[in-house]
Amino acid sequence: MSDSSTDVIQGTLDMLILKTLSLQPLHGFGIARRVEQISRGVFKVNPGSLLTALQRLERAGWLDSEWRQTTNARRAKFYRLTRAGKKQLEFETADWTRRASAIARLLRQEG
Amino acid sequence: MSLWRQLTYGIRGLLHRNKADDDTADELRQYFEETVAAWQARGLTAEDAKRAARLELGNMTVVREQVRSYGWENALRTFASDLSYAARQLRSHPGFTIVSVLTLALGIGASTAIFSAVDPILFEPLPYPHANRILMVWSTFEGARSEIAFGTYRELAERNRSFDAMAIFEPWQPAMTGGARPERLEGQSVSAGFFRMIGVAPAIGRDFRTGEDVFNGPRVVILSDSLWQRLFHRDPAILGRAVKLDGDTYTVVGVMPHSFENALSPSTEIWTPVQYDTRKITSAFNTWEWGNHLHLAGRLKPGVSRAHAIEEISQIASTPWPDFPRPRWASLQHGLIVDSLQDDIAHTIRPALLAVLGAVLLVLTIACVNVINLLLARSAQRRGEFAVRAALGASKQRIVRQIITESLLLALLGGALGLGVAVAGVRALVALSPPGLPRVDAIVVDSMAFAFAFAVTTLIGVVTGLIPALHVSREEVRPRLEQSSRRTAGGHAFTRRALVVTEVALALVLLVGAGLLLHSMRRLLAVDPGFNPEHLLTMQVQTSGHQFDDLPSAPGAGDGVRRRFFRQALDAVRQVPGVRQAAFTSLLPLSSDPSWVSTYGAQFEGDDPNGGYDVSRYAVSPDYCQTMGIPLLSGRLLDERDTAAAPQAALISQSLARAEFHGKNPIGKRLHVGPTDRPWYTVVGVVGDVKQDSLAVDQPNAVYLSTEQTWFADDTLSFVIRTHGDPAVLAPTIKNAIWSVDKDQPIVRVATMDALLAVTDAQRSFVLILFEAFGLAALALAAVGIYGVLAGSVVERTREIGVRAALGASRSNILAMILRDGMRLTALGVLIGLGGAFVAGHALISLLYGISSLDWTTYFGVVALLTAVAGGACWLPAWRAARVDPSITLRAE
Repeated sequence: MSDSSTDVIQGTLDMLILKTLSLQPLHGFGIARRVEQISRGVFKVNPGSLLTALQRLERAGWLDSEWRQTTNARRAKFYRLTRAGKKQLEFETADWTRRASAIARLLRQEG
Repeated sequence: MSLWRQLTYGIRGLLHRNKADDDTADELRQYFEETVAAWQARGLTAEDAKRAARLELGNMTVVREQVRSYGWENALRTFASDLSYAARQLRSHPGFTIVSVLTLALGIGASTAIFSAVDPILFEPLPYPHANRILMVWSTFEGARSEIAFGTYRELAERNRSFDAMAIFEPWQPAMTGGARPERLEGQSVSAGFFRMIGVAPAIGRDFRTGEDVFNGPRVVILSDSLWQRLFHRDPAILGRAVKLDGDTYTVVGVMPHSFENALSPSTEIWTPVQYDTRKITSAFNTWEWGNHLHLAGRLKPGVSRAHAIEEISQIASTPWPDFPRPRWASLQHGLIVDSLQDDIAHTIRPALLAVLGAVLLVLTIACVNVINLLLARSAQRRGEFAVRAALGASKQRIVRQIITESLLLALLGGALGLGVAVAGVRALVALSPPGLPRVDAIVVDSMAFAFAFAVTTLIGVVTGLIPALHVSREEVRPRLEQSSRRTAGGHAFTRRALVVTEVALALVLLVGAGLLLHSMRRLLAVDPGFNPEHLLTMQVQTSGHQFDDLPSAPGAGDGVRRRFFRQALDAVRQVPGVRQAAFTSLLPLSSDPSWVSTYGAQFEGDDPNGGYDVSRYAVSPDYCQTMGIPLLSGRLLDERDTAAAPQAALISQSLARAEFHGKNPIGKRLHVGPTDRPWYTVVGVVGDVKQDSLAVDQPNAVYLSTEQTWFADDTLSFVIRTHGDPAVLAPTIKNAIWSVDKDQPIVRVATMDALLAVTDAQRSFVLILFEAFGLAALALAAVGIYGVLAGSVVERTREIGVRAALGASRSNILAMILRDGMRLTALGVLIGLGGAFVAGHALISLLYGISSLDWTTYFGVVALLTAVAGGACWLPAWRAARVDPSITLRAE
């Protein structure tokens, strides 16, 4: 991993997981790898936080899970977005966009 | 939905705990393997890929713990495992556990019990509406409170503007006849507005009416709930029922509620209106209306301050009006004492209660200090353990939580045991309480006090336990680990030594208090009462009934009947086998007889008419002094010659003789006792002084008269009977002998003189017992503290001691070194404690007798005791240190 990688911003890990799973069901390692790849190595996901977050999201009813074979023939726990999870993702995306654009405006003004 | 999932997932996790754990492990293993595979895909060998994965993911054990701890069911599981670990810890260190739990239980229990007893008496408002508006008004006699006269009450009631209502009350002890045995009841005669002044109305029936408390008014009574229960079995038809009291028929008009607590006189069971003759107030002073024997209480008008009322009352006292003439003994020239009812009922016991409260707070403080000390010692030993656990991956929160769990478990055990101590303590306090302790029935375990003591000790336990844990997690693990193996002195050594010094100081304060009280008690018990109390039985015989009335047609006839009855009763008592001597007296020394009733003015022939002495008047049978063993100093005793027809004879006490005659012979001199319009009494003998109220009080001026020669026949006399064997055994036979003369005369307060002696200083011995108990507890706690600190320091210094021994220090050198260390702490504590003891001794001054609060023998004894105990506590660790084998210690490093 590159030295410039940072921990995921507090509170955004849930959104990143939901977004990643909205494309296809994945196991924990797959989610972590996908987040790192898509963010081009900016975000580094640590497995402890990730698996805890997955439990939390599952209990909230946004994810379902099942044990399946991976493509390379390992047993893995795959997570899938539920309908409630999709709604939550839309809500969080809208919310994030609103905040991010507000911050961006502020920063432009200051600069 | 999500709550449901929380619940079901959690329960599934609890039920299939292994499966859940396995799932997490599998998931993490897959994660790890995928990471390794990814590194291999970049071209690393299998070994290097594994190492790289480990570096990337960190400690997988920590990760697994983190994932596993998610969810409420795991918090629960963690708590359960913390709890079982804590229990294991406590069980494996029984010494620490037992001492801590006992210390906590003692601190919590003792302070709760004492506070529970003190609170209703001193602090909790009395159970009356606006109780703080009720004030007591007393006359002043020699600076102390004394009863007032009916005439004074009338004047105050009519002149004051501050009070809504004033009421008077006095003891009334009627004999109820008609049953198998006459029964004497404890009652009060009250003015009609008494219950309205208190603010409590009868539960059934009615209150007294204005106009019932007049001369020759109707004979009515109100019963207490307990008397209604005891004698009438809660008969609902009680109202209007007639009861026979002292030969008269009274009508029951009301019953007080069960909840009514008579703080003014807790044992009262029956009330009747006072019936004074207001016409006699102005016509003559030589009447019952001007006797000082009433209690006066008043309820302030709303909005009137206590200070204003006190000012008004004292202004009335100092400015007599011609409309309200006052006799010399009710001139109010020394002012009136006004006090709130609450302070008034507690004013005699207050110093004792505050002393006990202070003592128990010291014990609680020592207990807290000891707990801190024990926990610090324990955590110093456990620093290594925490370091190891941190190194193995326990998070900071996990360690902190573990310690809190342990502290709470300890506090819980201590609290549970403390509650037991509190319950037992309250019971013991009520059983031990001196007679006359107000509001005894209101004493119950106070839950607020318990909660407070429990919270304080728990908080201290948790905070103290946390300090080392925070250190562990804040600092690097490695140095701690190294330190734990090297066992050098811990950083809390100074704190712990300071705590031990504190403990010694506090223990010294308590012990000096206990010592001063013990010393006082010994002095007091050595006081000569002026008579011989051995094998002496006493009982009070009352005459009740109309046969004793003085009718206008035959003045003095009733008194004659009374005298005859007592003479016959005395003869009957003398016939009882086992009786050596018997006599009677109107005033029994060391009994609860209120001495003011029998205090009269005495004037010798030729004295200034405004001067004279206040003397105790004893109306006695001729051989009273022989029976009591009061020594005759000169002249003769009273005897059978001193009949009603003979010249009037009197014995005077030694002090009275000395005060009046300054060593000259008093025999043959004449005096008046009480009314001055009667023939003179002639002094025929001088007898020794007697302690009347209590051993601690000197009231030596006394006059003894024959009952045949007094100006009225006392209706109640105390019999004193000296027996051959155990006096208590003879009591039933003697009572039957008296009843064989007249079966309707009540006999009360049967007691041996030894028992009366024990009661006379019940209050002092009550405080003394508590102080001794607390003092011993403090001593034990201080000893444990010193022992703990020294033992810890010896363990920590094993290496140093080994080196010293190897370099040639002898065993006695090492022994002396450790002893010196401990005794230095003790000496410092003693020095600081002495300062506190001076202050505490001063606070105890009203409870001391015959010694100063700086009594040096007490101080010396206490310091010696404390030093000896501290020395003992130092000895064991010192002895252990001296046995340290240098070769083993040094090799062990």
